[in-house]
Amino acid sequence: MTAPLDPDDPVGPPRSNGELVFAEPWESRAFGLAVTLYEAGAFAWPQFQAALIARIAEWEKRSDQKGAWSYYQHWLGALEDVLVGQGAVSTEEVIARANTLAGRPRGHDHPTHRHQR
Amino acid sequence: MTTSKSEQRLSPALRAEALEQLLTERSLIDPNVVDGLISEYETNVGPLNGAKVVAKAWTDPEYRRRLLEDGTAAIKELGFTGPQGEHIVVVENTPTTHHVVVCTLCSCYPWPVLGLPPSWYKDPAYRSRVVKEPRAVLSEMGLDLPENVQITVHDSTSEVRWLVLPERPAGTEHLTEEQMVPLVTRDAMVGVAEVEAP
Repeated sequence: MTAPLDPDDPVGPPRSNGELVFAEPWESRAFGLAVTLYEAGAFAWPQFQAALIARIAEWEKRSDQKGAWSYYQHWLGALEDVLVGQGAVSTEEVIARANTLAGRPRGHDHPTHRHQR
Repeated sequence: MTTSKSEQRLSPALRAEALEQLLTERSLIDPNVVDGLISEYETNVGPLNGAKVVAKAWTDPEYRRRLLEDGTAAIKELGFTGPQGEHIVVVENTPTTHHVVVCTLCSCYPWPVLGLPPSWYKDPAYRSRVVKEPRAVLSEMGLDLPENVQITVHDSTSEVRWLVLPERPAGTEHLTEEQMVPLVTRDAMVGVAEVEAP
């Protein structure tokens, strides 16, 4: 981290008015993947936005609303929807890979990301 | 959308990692580029940018005019551009008019000037309630507006991203543009707070 981290700075960039930009590392990855792909021209933003709106609407209309509200979970779901729709990945592949990752021994948290911020 | 049991028990962290691995293997993304982008939003793109825009508008009438006329262009003058900044419209609060911004369907937000939205902005309660009862919601957030102030709620679901130009607080006439920047808060630029004199 090269920028100053002052939570009391009212407009300090690293934190948005005292609040961390991302609550968990995977949220930042979900955000970064979508924006990187968009900037590379993989999809138009309205496409992603429509998928996000659909994911959020689906969660909101479920009467039980099981599970807590997680904006970036919908964001990630929307990204998957767009990529699956394009044939870039399939849902089955993502699930299979995630299951493989889930089977790792403990302590293997983020093997693909060694980058320290 | 069908969600199987095996899908549901997978955490979003695992799904995000799985997706990133697959995209990397297919050369659709470069993880280093993703790292750089995240770092940019964690360190450089934030409400400080918007605060600079507001402070300049308060101290430079010609800039204020350009900002209200074409927000995107005037903001670009200060070097702030990027995704979600293509169509920024700036609305000005006055003693009798108050603007507040929401995105009812998702959480659109003018990233280049405010960074990424805070959790309350994304919350279903804020998104659904501020349109129906803005005065009550603002009051709960600590902003009690007099009855004679007309409240306009802007929904950013279209291409437009809104930025509120707050009122310059009384008693700050002697302050310079640079001295004003730290006074301008993110919440004031979304319209859920006012800027206070130091």
